Amino acid sequence: MATKPMRIRAAVKDGVTEVKALIAHEMETGQRKDANGAVIPAWFITELTATHNGKLVLSSEFGTAISKNPYLAFRFKGGAAGDKVAISWKDNKGESRTDEAAIA
Amino acid sequence: MVNPQKSIRLALLAGLAVVPLAQAGDELLDGINAYREALADGNPSELVAAEGEELWKMPRGPKNASLEQCDLGLGPGVIKGASAQLPRFFKDTGKVQDLETRLMTCMETLQGIDPQAVVKAGWLKGEKEKMAALVAYVVTASNGHKIRIDMRPPEMKKMYEMGKLAFYYRTGPMDFSCATCHGDQGKRIRMQELPDLRTQAGAASGWGSWPAYRVSNGQFWTMQHRLNDCFRQQRTAEPIYGSDATIALSVYLAATANGGKVVTPGIKR
Amino acid sequence: MNKQRRNVLKTGTGAAVLGALAAAGLIAPGIALADWNKAAFEAKSMADTLKALGATQPADSKDVQLTGPDIAENGAVVPVGVTSAIAGTTMIAILIDKNPNALAGSFKLPEGTEANVQTRVKMGQTSNVYALVKAGDKFYMATKEIKVTLGGCGG
Repeated sequence: MATKPMRIRAAVKDGVTEVKALIAHEMETGQRKDANGAVIPAWFITELTATHNGKLVLSSEFGTAISKNPYLAFRFKGGAAGDKVAISWKDNKGESRTDEAAIA
Repeated sequence: MVNPQKSIRLALLAGLAVVPLAQAGDELLDGINAYREALADGNPSELVAAEGEELWKMPRGPKNASLEQCDLGLGPGVIKGASAQLPRFFKDTGKVQDLETRLMTCMETLQGIDPQAVVKAGWLKGEKEKMAALVAYVVTASNGHKIRIDMRPPEMKKMYEMGKLAFYYRTGPMDFSCATCHGDQGKRIRMQELPDLRTQAGAASGWGSWPAYRVSNGQFWTMQHRLNDCFRQQRTAEPIYGSDATIALSVYLAATANGGKVVTPGIKR
Repeated sequence: MNKQRRNVLKTGTGAAVLGALAAAGLIAPGIALADWNKAAFEAKSMADTLKALGATQPADSKDVQLTGPDIAENGAVVPVGVTSAIAGTTMIAILIDKNPNALAGSFKLPEGTEANVQTRVKMGQTSNVYALVKAGDKFYMATKEIKVTLGGCGG
């Protein structure tokens, strides 16, 4: 299944860049059952990293308790308008995706 | 697995479900309002709207055309503020149309896509899933606008009267009408307030905040989907997607809400 | 290939090397950096989770703040945020006591990234939520109870 694009917003203010991201992902827990009573297998992002102009600014690990269509906000020092912020994730099925946005 | 004590408690709650708001703990309601505010920033509807934007601009269907020339009432290609003025009477089709049925007209005329493909698809599947994405994109462009329903055409007045009739029409095994739950001030189910849709303020808070992303199921619902679910909860026959009955109800709600603020896409518990 | 990358990244200048590689367009940024901590995510109890994270006996600290609603209208999406005023904070984790697996997520903060993250978590029921923070070799913690209600109509 094709992955869907993220929405990344990054804005710099007083030398600190705030990043807000929405990531399209089911984040299925593996604890739910479908209409026929069969367990819906777990399907979730395990690792997510963010870079600023290629330099790592966040490295996170997710479990199944992160909500569907995850939301994430964090802040790092530095960053200038036009700089690139990229976010990459990888899930437990081996799918991955990278999207980027320019700092406003 | 079922905890008997819990089931009894739930059953009791269900029995007492609709109680006046004044009896609810104000503190709890404050807490819930704080929760809702915390969700407003970062509404996952954005993800759906992004897909919709792509679909809007993508050549599709037998005619291999995009929807960029679609006229939602403010001229070809104008989406800013368009959904705040829907439903409206369209001269070219001779019909009162809501956003979904108008988009179906555009898909048919511009792209050659059979409207039945949308009508017959399952919720959030196939063409209905695409419709939801398009709706998310279009309604985002009306966020912050005022609800402005043009009630001058006689066709709109007729739809309004039909919608009002449908709103108060009691049916189904429980003998429910829309008004059973949405026709009194200060009602709630459990901790959820039920807007009084007969009043301008109530209708504006309901109509003005749908379509919306619902966090409990992680789905984006159009107004057609939302209305369909009201019929389901009424335990009566589900209306045909885009049928006059659904548009009439929408006209009744939207006209009652006239002047209110659009906050779409909404985010709901 | 992956293993080689990890070896490179495990050296002290890992992030910088990664940055250089990513800048050169050689690798997708970030991928393959973290090793998902299976033991910690699959642990059930708080105690086992803390152990798997190497966080024995974290100290309660007023310098760690966990923000979130007192009550959530739906447990599927509960907004939570963690900030730490402890200098040298390098890791933040969010744990939910009564969930089937306590650990919801963890965030490693390279130098220059503020100890301030917000996300949304699922809660199966009313529970204590913990913010766990690592600074130097020590762990610190803050707690908040978040109530979860059932919503009304509309599934």
